[in-house]
Amino acid sequence: MNPLHIVVCGSVVPDPLQTLEPVTTAAGPELKNEMLLPAVLDPWAACSLYEAAHLAQLSSGSRVWLVCLGPKAKVQQAMMSLAQKAAFELVLLDGPAHGFADAHVTAEALAAAIAGLAGLDRTHLLLFGGWESASRGQGVTLQMVGERLGITDQFQGVDRIALGDDGSFEVIERVEGGKHLVSRCDGPPAVLGWATGERGEPRNDPQMGMKNMRVLLPALQKAAPVAVSAEGLKYEGVRVPTQQRQTRIVKDMSPEAIAQELLAWMQ
Amino acid sequence: MATVTPALQTESLRTLPGDPVRQIQWRFADRYDLQMLVQAVREVARGPVARLVAGGARQSHEWTPEKHALLEAFDASGITAAFLDVENGGYLEGPKNLALALIAFELAWVDAGAATASLAGCLALSPIHERGTPEQRAHYMKLCAPAAPGEDRKPWRGAFCLTEPLPYVGVDTGMLSGKVRIAEWKDGKEPLLQVEKRGRFITNMGFANFVTAAVDSGDQRISGSCVVILEETDPGIFDRGAVTRKLVHQLSSTSDPIFSLTVPASRIVGGYTVKDGCIVPNFSHSEIIEAVFRRTRVTVAIMTSAKLLSAVEPVVRYQRNRFRGAEQTTPGSVRHELGLQQREDALHRVVDLWAMGEASAALGFAAARAFDELDPLEKQKDAILAAEGINGGRAELKKLKSVWPAALEHLRRGSGIETPLVASRDVLEREAKQDALARYVLADAVAGVLCPAAKLWNTGLGANAMREALSLMGGYGITEDCPGFLAYKWMDAQLEATYEGPEAVQRRNLIVTMTHDLFLEQFRMWIPEMRKIASRRPGTGACELASAMRLWLWTYEHLRTATDAEGAKLYNSARQGVTFRLADALCWLLASRQQILDVMELDAKQAEAGDAEGTVAFLSDLCHVQAARAAGEAGRICAELVYGYNAHPSWDDPLHAGCFLSEELDAWESCAPGIAAYALDVLQPDGSHPEKAGPCAQCGENAGFQRLRNQLDLCLTGSQLAKDRAAKALAQVMIPAVPDYPR
Ligand SMILES: Cc1cc2nc3c(=O)[nH]c(=O)nc-3n(C[C@H](O)[C@H](O)[C@H](O)COP(=O)(O)OP(=O)(O)OC[C@H]3O[C@@H](n4cnc5c(N)ncnc54)[C@H](O)[C@@H]3O)c2cc1C
Repeated sequence: MNPLHIVVCGSVVPDPLQTLEPVTTAAGPELKNEMLLPAVLDPWAACSLYEAAHLAQLSSGSRVWLVCLGPKAKVQQAMMSLAQKAAFELVLLDGPAHGFADAHVTAEALAAAIAGLAGLDRTHLLLFGGWESASRGQGVTLQMVGERLGITDQFQGVDRIALGDDGSFEVIERVEGGKHLVSRCDGPPAVLGWATGERGEPRNDPQMGMKNMRVLLPALQKAAPVAVSAEGLKYEGVRVPTQQRQTRIVKDMSPEAIAQELLAWMQ
Repeated sequence: MATVTPALQTESLRTLPGDPVRQIQWRFADRYDLQMLVQAVREVARGPVARLVAGGARQSHEWTPEKHALLEAFDASGITAAFLDVENGGYLEGPKNLALALIAFELAWVDAGAATASLAGCLALSPIHERGTPEQRAHYMKLCAPAAPGEDRKPWRGAFCLTEPLPYVGVDTGMLSGKVRIAEWKDGKEPLLQVEKRGRFITNMGFANFVTAAVDSGDQRISGSCVVILEETDPGIFDRGAVTRKLVHQLSSTSDPIFSLTVPASRIVGGYTVKDGCIVPNFSHSEIIEAVFRRTRVTVAIMTSAKLLSAVEPVVRYQRNRFRGAEQTTPGSVRHELGLQQREDALHRVVDLWAMGEASAALGFAAARAFDELDPLEKQKDAILAAEGINGGRAELKKLKSVWPAALEHLRRGSGIETPLVASRDVLEREAKQDALARYVLADAVAGVLCPAAKLWNTGLGANAMREALSLMGGYGITEDCPGFLAYKWMDAQLEATYEGPEAVQRRNLIVTMTHDLFLEQFRMWIPEMRKIASRRPGTGACELASAMRLWLWTYEHLRTATDAEGAKLYNSARQGVTFRLADALCWLLASRQQILDVMELDAKQAEAGDAEGTVAFLSDLCHVQAARAAGEAGRICAELVYGYNAHPSWDDPLHAGCFLSEELDAWESCAPGIAAYALDVLQPDGSHPEKAGPCAQCGENAGFQRLRNQLDLCLTGSQLAKDRAAKALAQVMIPAVPDYPR
């Protein structure tokens, strides 16, 4: 099997269990106290990283990079867990990662960092990331990074990739109506925006983490600040969807009847 | 009068303190290995452990396959190997006390029984780790290391067996009935020993492959007591015994085992020598358990701390959500937004709980770090003494005592012991050794206090505080459905206060170690340290605490020589009503001091914790609340001890024969206003005493105490404002939308 050069684009988001409250500041919208909330690697991007680490193990000589544009302190904390789950090299661009950062500017910075990766062979390149993000979910950043790098074979909502011995691969993408689309691609480079994948979250292994940190620490220290301000971008307003709560007390209703009622409500 | 105006506090707590804050407070911000360990343990705790508890695994006393699966999760996540030295399959360099404390903290955040199941393995190995021969250490540590990738082997697990069925070993560890005799001793061969031991409440017994057991000699050819290693395949009886029907720590295995086994004498922990045809173990069982418990008790202490802090979030969530969804509670209304947090008492009680939790964790982690500091010094000390032919016992005590003056001098100068600039190599070497020993005795004196203090205070008072936590959840608090498993945590805290030596044992230790000159000298120096903090950050309550520390010292010094009304000495170990209570008072102070120091550390490194200004302000308020409480407790205990052993005066005391006449006092009042207030007892015109409960006690020779106590009360200034501020912050702090366990 040919060696792979997998570049995963991913950044941190507030731990999904936190209460998220958009607020407007002089610099535009932000999430309230975002810098104080615990952060994790964006769950979609994390799935793609675990897939990447798994694929890299299948073909020797492969490399995995995580290219991340995010606030250094938060990324560093997230690494304390992530470094225990997968082996990768890190390129950190120290800048804002919240859901209101402009996708174009972010994609520009990421594409430039990827283009500058020492040792990256584009003929082996698979560009991975989440098909959307837990912070806002525009679902466009990865696509734009790919375009800037001139990669036109793009797949979104990927759940599986099967590598062939000849360098080709088969991709299974989510399409509407709960169906999957199977595509065959002659070979890299390609962009794969992952849905949940099939790996699951590996469990923490501090021994592995300590080994990986030898590579990750210098990268964290080297992180260069990047500005990602988007000229002319203006948000008119931001809010989280409102919740509805209607309580009705019913006695002795069968599960089937409850299910029927829910179905009727949804339809 | 000049007043210090505290800086206007504009910022307060915005979110619950996260990892970056805790890493700075508990001093592992530069230890990536420990930060990763925390994440690994947290994943196990909030995942498999929490799922087991939620699934009802605590309902059985038996050791079930589901519970056993936890051990495998511990192995896979690095918990088991964290105790081991690198050469024996571990992966953490250096001392492990802080690492184990962090493991205990993370596991007990969810379930302390899980923490016990993991740490009891370390307890079993500890006698071997601390006092075993190099061969014993290498052999058993390697056996207990989880299998490396590709290795097909199950790690060994151990149990530590000291406690025996009644009427034998419990608090009194000298009451051993377990016996070791010589079964066979062939010329030139290793003797074989016959070990008879019964255990009571022995953790890990459901699955232990080996046991470190304390036994006494039952044979004239064996001198004293020792600890022996028993293996499940040794010839004889290795009966795991009846399962303990305990109500706490149900995710650990406990039973009353019976052993009757033949083992080679090489299983005596630390080895032995043969003297005049007699086996002399190199370490008695009490020497070994002292070395073991002084470390392992710290991890027990930290379990209860974790629970107190873990209770904050569920309680706040309950309070906030209490009325949401009701017809009368419209979104946006105060009742909807704040729920029970509209009520001052509900908030104040969470503040109290949180402040206790902070102080408790601060003390526990400080104790763990103290042993991390002590461990290398102790190794150095052992090497220096061994080179001089000293191997423990009285000779060691004598030698160490000889460096006390140098250590005290070291303290007074507040710097390292100065070595002469021009000196021969010999002199330099001697000085360096002296310096190492001096550092050791100083560190040892502090560690010797912090460990029992943490075990005593964190667990005992922690159990009481957990009860308060439950009560804040109303009826839910005492159900299995209580979020955060608070009811279990409360019950479990009682075991933390009991095993590895109940509170009486810790008090017994403390009354010895806290009166050690080298500790007292350091304690004395901590008072100006607190005053210095107070001048910079009066809002921390450091001033209050310094006054309480002064009062405690005064009281101890007074009690050392004071007698009771019958002339009996007050400060002696048999008089536990005096000594134990003074130990209790000290613990409050130590915890509060450490809490303040931790917040000062965070204050100094705010930038590293992100935007922590508000967190520092809030945690400082908690310090103040706690300092006031600590000073109150210490002040009360000290006052009871200083005054309480004097006989109450009676009207026929000679003292009262000369009381002022009330008329005289009235006359004097006109020229010396206020004088009447100084005369407590007066005579009526007819010479009789007034109708009241009795004559008033006077402070007499204890005027110094009265002055300090007054000062202490004055120092309470601002403490309740701090509580109000903290309460306000609690009503605003952002908490996660849902609990993060079970996951
Ligand atoms: C779940 C569980 C697990 C355990 N695991 C282990 C284990 O793995 N290995 C092991 O060896 N042991 C273990 N133990 C035993 C535990 O350490 C003992 O229960 C504990 O040391 C107290 O001994 P005791 O129960 O005999 O109490 P006792 O000695 O009877 O003491 C009872 C009370 O009497 C008072 N008291 C006793 N002596 C004094 C004194 N000198 N001065 C003042 N007051 C005093 C105190 O209030 C004390 O709490 C475990 C116990 C439990 C419950």
